[in-house]
Amino acid sequence: MAKKILIVGGGLSGTIVANGLCRQLREELSSGSVTITMLGATDKHMYQPGLLYVPFGRMRESELFRDQRKVLDRRVPYIVDPAKNIDVDKKMVTTESGKTHTYDFLVIATGSRIRPDNIPGMTEGAHWFYDLDGARKMRDALTAFKGGKVVVNINVPHKCPVAPLEITFMLRDYLAGRGLLDKSEITYTYPIGRLHALEPVAHWAVPAFEHANIKSETFFNTKSVDAKAKTITSEEGKTLPYDLLITVPPHSGQKVITDSNLGAGGWVPTVKNTLLREGSDNVFIVGDTTNIPISKAGSTAHFEADTVIDNLSSLIKEDRWARDYDGKVFCFVETGFSTGTYVWFNYTTPPNPGPPSQMIHWFKLAYNRMYWLSARGLL
Amino acid sequence: MTREKIDARGAYCPGPLMELIAKLKLVQVGDEIEVLSTDKGSANDIPEWVKKVNHEMVGVTQQDGVWSIVVRKAK
Repeated sequence: MAKKILIVGGGLSGTIVANGLCRQLREELSSGSVTITMLGATDKHMYQPGLLYVPFGRMRESELFRDQRKVLDRRVPYIVDPAKNIDVDKKMVTTESGKTHTYDFLVIATGSRIRPDNIPGMTEGAHWFYDLDGARKMRDALTAFKGGKVVVNINVPHKCPVAPLEITFMLRDYLAGRGLLDKSEITYTYPIGRLHALEPVAHWAVPAFEHANIKSETFFNTKSVDAKAKTITSEEGKTLPYDLLITVPPHSGQKVITDSNLGAGGWVPTVKNTLLREGSDNVFIVGDTTNIPISKAGSTAHFEADTVIDNLSSLIKEDRWARDYDGKVFCFVETGFSTGTYVWFNYTTPPNPGPPSQMIHWFKLAYNRMYWLSARGLL
Repeated sequence: MTREKIDARGAYCPGPLMELIAKLKLVQVGDEIEVLSTDKGSANDIPEWVKKVNHEMVGVTQQDGVWSIVVRKAK
């Protein structure tokens, strides 16, 4: 009997796992002793970090997408029929269309989704760039903006931990470029008592905000938005007026996870070193779907996926564990339209961002193109 | 009443307080959350925030460089 690997989710982490397994298990796939199948929600693969550039006219929508079947190794059947229920006891996944798929090994890579609907008034009153429709609307709102109070509002949990600072600095450069900076006031709100979760990044951001004349409100967890009065109010009791509200909305995991009783909020309890679902020895969790207390980011998904590839292929080929995930995360940080920096850390090494430079910004721009090599498992 | 645990030892980003804020959205009023943290700042940051938003501190203890901070959801 062939060993069946089922990957649920066709985003970055699931795709890297599938492509990496195809390389590691070439002989097994060729002989038919292993099969790999992927279930996804759409036939398009989106480069999500590119959404950051769309509102500012710095990336075309068409640059964000590739045909998922072309990104994925051709030996992996890709089925556009998302999972509706995952039964880890019966080792079976039921899809939206009612089909069932059994497995020997399961990789859950269903990711996260924005939930502006979880905060009263946010959907009506705020703009965001975390999905294509939101990025389009934000682009229109920026085009129509003639100056005034801009609030950049950050909520938890969210993916891409540096996006809050990036959007703020890029917004500042955008307004400067349109000659609107003197007529505008940018206020950045953050849920905890500093400007960023990463303490060194927060320290770096303080003088950068002062230099850019960006105001801030810390300990600001959004309670509600009043779209008519154009105000936003925090759980801590602060109300800010706005003319333009840009938000990083709170996120949740996917409905299939909660519907399958696999984890509150759609986050699956995961062993942080093995990336196995707690209580399972044949269910790997990768990318945003885990409940591991680390950044939900593309690089996290990538490094986790590399670990899953090594362990899953080792278990199949040698019946042994290969290695643990060390918590590695790497993030570029755009500090405007012309400079950038980066930060990396793992479970034992704290982050230590360097000074921004043009070269790092250019490398980020290059990575915007090289992403597709990452998804194919070549980078 | 249930008690959930967040093992944020060695978690640099998003960090113990951000994890707590996210977790509080998923539990019921009266439930407790225990945050384990190796960041000594958490022992100050978390109580400060809990006081601001009117949840309840249950206790803070420290052993071998690991802080245990227990919070009860009050609203």
